[in-house]
Amino acid sequence: MIDREQVLHVARLARLELTEDEVGRMTTEMSKILGHIEKIGELDLEGVPPTSHVVEVTGALRPDEPRPSLPREVAFANAPDIADDGFRVPSPQA
Amino acid sequence: MNSPRDLTAAQAAAKVRAGELGADELFAAYRDAAAADELNAYLYVADEPNASGGELGGVPLAVKDLFCTEGVISQSGSKILEGYKPPYTATVVQRLQEAGAPLLGKTNQDEFAMGSSNENSAFGPVQNPWDRERVPGGSSGGSAAAVAAGTAPWALGTDTGGSIRQPAAMCGIVGLKPTYGAVSRFGMIAFASSLDQAGPLTRDVTDAALLFKHMTSKDPCDATSIGSPGAVTLPSATRLDGIRLGRPDDLSTEGVEPGVMEAYERTLKLAEELGATIETCHLPHADHGISAYYVIAPAEASSNLARFDGVRYGLRANGSDLLSMYTQTRHDGFGPEVKRRIMLGTYALSSGYYDAFYGRAQRVRTKIADDFRNAFESVDFVVTPTAPTTAFKIGELADDPLAMYLNDYFTVPMSLAGIPAISIPNGLSDGRPTGFQLAGPAFSESRILDAAHALEQALGFDGSKARS
Repeated sequence: MIDREQVLHVARLARLELTEDEVGRMTTEMSKILGHIEKIGELDLEGVPPTSHVVEVTGALRPDEPRPSLPREVAFANAPDIADDGFRVPSPQA
Repeated sequence: MNSPRDLTAAQAAAKVRAGELGADELFAAYRDAAAADELNAYLYVADEPNASGGELGGVPLAVKDLFCTEGVISQSGSKILEGYKPPYTATVVQRLQEAGAPLLGKTNQDEFAMGSSNENSAFGPVQNPWDRERVPGGSSGGSAAAVAAGTAPWALGTDTGGSIRQPAAMCGIVGLKPTYGAVSRFGMIAFASSLDQAGPLTRDVTDAALLFKHMTSKDPCDATSIGSPGAVTLPSATRLDGIRLGRPDDLSTEGVEPGVMEAYERTLKLAEELGATIETCHLPHADHGISAYYVIAPAEASSNLARFDGVRYGLRANGSDLLSMYTQTRHDGFGPEVKRRIMLGTYALSSGYYDAFYGRAQRVRTKIADDFRNAFESVDFVVTPTAPTTAFKIGELADDPLAMYLNDYFTVPMSLAGIPAISIPNGLSDGRPTGFQLAGPAFSESRILDAAHALEQALGFDGSKARS
């Protein structure tokens, strides 16, 4: 149903590192779960509109009034690494 | 009265308001009980009350870990958020504090609310107070165990596919999942945004109504919140005259524990004695609820959990470059079930599979919502067992994710339709609690609570055995 290459592809899309052991388990478990889920392929859903949301709320707007934003030190309080008033991360090309 | 903890939350609030019980004494009694908890139900216990007065009278509230509480750990049961202290408080917690319910503590849960047993917490499993070798259900397992054990008078949980109702059933307490939109989601660490809804876990139906009354609101910070169109009334019914209960004929009872089924049948007979009529109703697509749910919820989760990247908060792993920092942080920070759901969701949304999985699941969701709308033209409530089984042993289903998912069989259809549903204690099977579920049309909470109250009075369930 789903093979090792597909698992690795999806893991890349999800920005998720998987160990060799995890790739193996994920392949087996996802195949079993997707096998069950595939039952919905049997239903005739021609012309049925999709539901992304159950409540009919459209254009829920509030007045655009300026409010104070988070103070910088509060926004940084949980950050793993900060430098020069910003979040520091490793270089994209190390 | 031996201890203020023998009172229900509504009784305690009334005594405090009448000046017969000190709010500080009440808080201290629960704080000490919560601090001495042996079930691993709590991840944090407060020292001092941060609210008093109001209709809720200073009765302390246990809150599921995933609700943001300013300056207090809010980790959603995950290692990736270990030690995280948010800069603000969730709207619903704030509202309850304003109504007089101080924070008692934060309760253990399945990581990011993904699970039906509380075994997926990064902080260890929770034990069921009825049998400590067994799970309390999930994902709001800590909240359910705390209320059942009497270390909390009441608690907040969240329900995405059954995460309030199923642990309530397994712990012998009441759990209400409100209509989607009745309660603000602002400040809840998101799992699946079109399904997540906060609700009460309580000792009885009156407590659930009292807490829900103060939870519901339209919140400018949550564009999907509506509040409750009518006033929420406290339940008083003791009869069910003229009430039509719908028994779905197309939900499979294969895999349902015999004792759970017997308790369900017994309660249907009792409902008839109270004046209700039992009618067969049809939910032809509900049997596909699990399949649709395990596409839609993981798809939304994979998107919501993209924010955990080691940059702004939470765990960061070392990486030689930015990409490897992201992938390693997510590898180290997420547990196996969360990884599985991120993978399922990413797959279902990926190019080439979107229509076959996500698109179809959304169409099935439409059909399930239509099924309920049609059913409610001829019945007042749809009634089912809450969960197919009583609490299973810790570790029993750990290697079989699909079997774990099927535990949500009776609760997921209502979540997909966005309608309210309650689980009430429905007697024991082999010494363990079972639950009876009533679901009604959108915003019918007051009617559901009234009917549940009548059944509760007639059932006379005694939960005191589990209280420590």
